[in-house]
Amino acid sequence: MSSWRKLAVAAIAAACIPAALGFAADKGPLRLGTTPTAAQVEGWAIAVRPDGQGLPAGSGSVKDGDELYANVCASCHGTFGEGVGRYPRIAGEGKLTGDRPEQTVQTYWPYATTLFDYINRAMPFPSPHVLPPDQVYAVTAYVLNLNSLVDDDFVADRNTLPKVKMPNREGFNWIDPRPDTHDAACMSNCRPAADVKVSQTAEGKTLTPRTTGPLDTAMPQ
Amino acid sequence: MAEQPKEQLRTAPSSDRRRLLRTGMGAGVAAFAVAASGRARADDPSPPADPDWSQSLGPGIGDRVYGNPSHFEKDVIRRNVPWLTANAESSISFTPLQYQQGIITPSSVFFERYHAGRPTVDPAQHRLMVHGMVDRPLLFTMDDIKRFPSESRIHFIECPANGGMEWRAPQLNSLQYTHGMIGCAEWTGVKLSTIFAQTGLKPGAKWVLAEGADGAHMARSIPLDKMLDDVLLVYAQNGEALRPEQGYPVRLVVPGWQGNVNIKWIRRLQIGDEPWYTREETSKYTELMADGKARGFTWPIYAKSVITFPCPEMPAKGPGIYEIRGLAWSGLGKVKQVDVSLDGGINWTTARLHGPILPKALTKFTMEWRWDGSPALLQSRAMDETGFVQPTLTELRAVRGTNAIYNNNSIQTWQVKPDGSVFNVQLA
Repeated sequence: MSSWRKLAVAAIAAACIPAALGFAADKGPLRLGTTPTAAQVEGWAIAVRPDGQGLPAGSGSVKDGDELYANVCASCHGTFGEGVGRYPRIAGEGKLTGDRPEQTVQTYWPYATTLFDYINRAMPFPSPHVLPPDQVYAVTAYVLNLNSLVDDDFVADRNTLPKVKMPNREGFNWIDPRPDTHDAACMSNCRPAADVKVSQTAEGKTLTPRTTGPLDTAMPQ
Repeated sequence: MAEQPKEQLRTAPSSDRRRLLRTGMGAGVAAFAVAASGRARADDPSPPADPDWSQSLGPGIGDRVYGNPSHFEKDVIRRNVPWLTANAESSISFTPLQYQQGIITPSSVFFERYHAGRPTVDPAQHRLMVHGMVDRPLLFTMDDIKRFPSESRIHFIECPANGGMEWRAPQLNSLQYTHGMIGCAEWTGVKLSTIFAQTGLKPGAKWVLAEGADGAHMARSIPLDKMLDDVLLVYAQNGEALRPEQGYPVRLVVPGWQGNVNIKWIRRLQIGDEPWYTREETSKYTELMADGKARGFTWPIYAKSVITFPCPEMPAKGPGIYEIRGLAWSGLGKVKQVDVSLDGGINWTTARLHGPILPKALTKFTMEWRWDGSPALLQSRAMDETGFVQPTLTELRAVRGTNAIYNNNSIQTWQVKPDGSVFNVQLA
């Protein structure tokens, strides 16, 4: 068991004893902070879970999302979600193996709810938090449709989104398997000298920006 | 003037200098110009015993109300790799580790990672909300946060993508670009356990969503155990207020865990019984293995080290004596030992560790090196107090393939050529 896991277990044990949570239990509450109003909590608590907790009222269809996507999203993500320049490709088929794995909403994202959460919290990139819930639902529905994950008549809302079947739902291991390498520290004659060869070098490659003088702005973004 | 006789003893005093003497104390700026123009040439066989800057009055106090490094140190800046990202607002810059002496990264050059640019947060208007599975939801001002009992600790923060460009092949010939997504600082703030003692926690509470006030409302799910263990709500770095780059006015520091969970400009902590599986912990910051399956929630930074001298930016200058210098760190605790190899990992010598040796902090190591000018393959290998040993890249690839991007904590090889130049290489 790694040390942080041991510490974590210790912390859980400590958390079960109220007095261990802090000095406050001994000396009374510090009375710092105020109680947020229900409206404040409602306005701030934007996080959405896979079971739908946090999804707001409202709805949006694939059809509603079509024009919105074209106006708001396509300049970076492409008309078909293919990605423009270095902006992320978000739609389409592909494999997660090989030299160029294709991590799209269809191939990689485990939960459709995450799409709503992310569009709502961070998009559109230059002017986030301008889309009302109905429009976030509509763009979410449209992107799911671009990824062939829902039909053309799909309407996204707090009931339908958690039920969308995502192909890579079981593609993640959420338990850290490390350490996954050896723990031996050989000190001498660790490998035959004949085996120690430079196989690859960064020498001569033109990928390294300038390392002296002012910031390198000649290299394209 | 009393100084005049002494002045006449010197050969050819410059007219600038005479004028300076005449104009007296008001000439701070002129004195600075004289010092700059009077630099000794590097090839001067006999530098002046008393250079211009010794013969003049320097600027007085008040012209540098917030100090800067010497202008001779102009190369020491954060740099970035433009081709890595689509824009500068969702991007990363790199700490100039080749210049870092000791374990503290100056706040001015501590690497930056933004997901929606660097917000300008007004501390008077900023609030932190703590709610969810708590007995008493609370809204804190910055004044409230600073009134809690405080805690100062030294920890590194490393982006798990540090070295992520090197999985397939060496790409960047530079220490700054291969290892610069890290910095180490003294952080001051409040223990999260202190905050949660105020709100109380409901039975079944297991996870905390931490969310930033930036345009991306950057959000990560963090286990409550970790929060209660050693996480800090931080408002100061290296003795001063946090820099805007580092989350002003308040951020999380999650000791030893990957950079992106150390939420900056933090505005909200929601307590729940399940993780949220945000975009940053599903689509991003997960590691794709060779078989197409992915690892998620791989938070701790495992033991890692790198030689900071020599390195591609800091070559050797001919045979002779050198001090090999480097930094080692582990997100699991203290660095216990660092070994250095000069021959690409055939033989190793244990390096000297310099104090303070702190858990989840950068640790300095050095080793004397008498270089005879023959080719060398320099490596360092860290071991932490859990017994974990830093692996080779070959070992990591065998287990994880080359698509993982994150958590490359492999041994770095610097190739030293007979002319002293240093290159980033990988070994067969």
